Amino acid sequence: MIGLLQNLVDAANLGSLYALAALGVGLLFGILRLVNFAHGDFISIGAYALIVPSFEVTAQLFIGEWNWALMIPTVTLIVVIVALISDALVFQPLRRASAPTLMIASFAVSYVIQNGILMIYGARPKAANLWSGLDTPILLGELRVPLLQIITIGVTLALMVALTLFLKQTRYGVMMRAAAEDFRMAQYLGVNGNFVIGLAFAISGILATAVSLLYLSQTGTLAPTMGVPLALFAFVATVIGGMGSLLGAVVGGFLVGFIVIMLQAYLPEDLRPFRDAFAFTFVILILLVRPSGIVPTRAFIERV
Amino acid sequence: MNDALHDLPPGIAQAQAAELVAESIVVQFQGLMAISDVSLKVERHEIFGLIGPNGAGKTTLVNCLTGFQRPSTGRVLLAGEDTTGWRPDKFRKQGIARTFQAGRLFRDMTVAENVEVTALGLGMSRRAAHEHAMAMLAWVGLADKADAVAGTLPYTDERRVGIARAMVMSPAFVLLDEPAAGMSDAECDDLMHTIVAIPKEFTCGVLLIEHNMGVIMGVCDRIHVLDGGRTIAQGLPAEIRSDANVISAYLGMEG
Repeated sequence: MIGLLQNLVDAANLGSLYALAALGVGLLFGILRLVNFAHGDFISIGAYALIVPSFEVTAQLFIGEWNWALMIPTVTLIVVIVALISDALVFQPLRRASAPTLMIASFAVSYVIQNGILMIYGARPKAANLWSGLDTPILLGELRVPLLQIITIGVTLALMVALTLFLKQTRYGVMMRAAAEDFRMAQYLGVNGNFVIGLAFAISGILATAVSLLYLSQTGTLAPTMGVPLALFAFVATVIGGMGSLLGAVVGGFLVGFIVIMLQAYLPEDLRPFRDAFAFTFVILILLVRPSGIVPTRAFIERV
Repeated sequence: MNDALHDLPPGIAQAQAAELVAESIVVQFQGLMAISDVSLKVERHEIFGLIGPNGAGKTTLVNCLTGFQRPSTGRVLLAGEDTTGWRPDKFRKQGIARTFQAGRLFRDMTVAENVEVTALGLGMSRRAAHEHAMAMLAWVGLADKADAVAGTLPYTDERRVGIARAMVMSPAFVLLDEPAAGMSDAECDDLMHTIVAIPKEFTCGVLLIEHNMGVIMGVCDRIHVLDGGRTIAQGLPAEIRSDANVISAYLGMEG
């Protein structure tokens, strides 16, 4: 019983990271029909921005050593700027391009960022000790939950609430939702398309930073391709959640996290190395039952 | 006059243009003449009917008058100013609004948000936009459905939301593309009561595309008839009703 609870907390923790990454992917997909493969690299940048540029194996924290109240805004700003630059240099000239073209362009952005990291920081994975004080376990009855997991889940919930409030209550949130449903119509009604898209890139940068910091402090390892598996699971989450639906991205993220952790815990020892193959089998099953995702959106169904 | 409809926030003025003119409009699609040499003038105080059989070029002409279609030759003039090169959103900002046959509502957003987003896009603050949107919805009779999700509305209400959205910020002209298509006679009558009130309530000229001749004859001040992309008649309803060209174009269609 306590083992199951422990696994559920782990699932919520991993699901949080996937849900945050999926929200960043889903937001840009909703508004731009861009499947942004570079999102994982935004996450990597958030982690690498914390350390001193060098080829050393043990990372020397730089910004990462600052007080969190200064460090978090600084890292966020760096990632947001990278996201905005990739919009301005790559995606803005491609505004009228098809969705596959945008996706290929995002592959290019992804490789450029990965190679940039290789040039500045070297190819080897690095150990980094971010917020090491936070892995003290908290005892909840018999349950031992690392403080960091509670923070991860809490931060995720807080960001989801904040994003929801932004989209429902603010001027630019309402415009953004309109643009996500029917971009040309929103533009006709006076919504500034480039501004709203830039805002979506900025928000996806903020979400990516949150994943960077939480993920790095949990794993303690940096690698030039560290964001890639996160982005991959985020895509899977947006697809099974329902492309174009933010609620779907969150649901999908938690579901993928749940599947992965449960397989890790309950698969027979011999099969565990093939965990991801089993996880993707589940994904295929879900899509067979609900081809347009768990939370399909009206706007997207009608357009396709 | 209902003041709530006209209380625009400071710094936002109602468009002043007094007439919307199409001057010798020609539209060619890959050699096919969709519109050939059509001219018309809509004035601020009137309901101007645009009729014609299917494929006559009515929607194409409305697209030209709202910036969605660039004429091959000819010009659209708003209060004498040449609009060549304006994008659709510039037309909207300068006071030419329209509705769409397909409705084109944001189906995942609420009815109020659908109207509000236009007010926001045109520069109102969040609170002013909300109040303005609610006034518009009350005017089209949908105040009680403000919080409904637009995708769940019956199509009769969808059209009303479209009209409320078009009337945001009191445009100088509104172009309604078959707002009553598919409605029963009673539903259509209901909608026409709303449309007839637009010129007086908003000091706004209306261009109305409609198939039902009875309806058109009843509500329009002047009528322009297209067939095969050409003007075949224009004038007062009484003149149109007895025009030989119009009768032959509509022969066999419901009158």
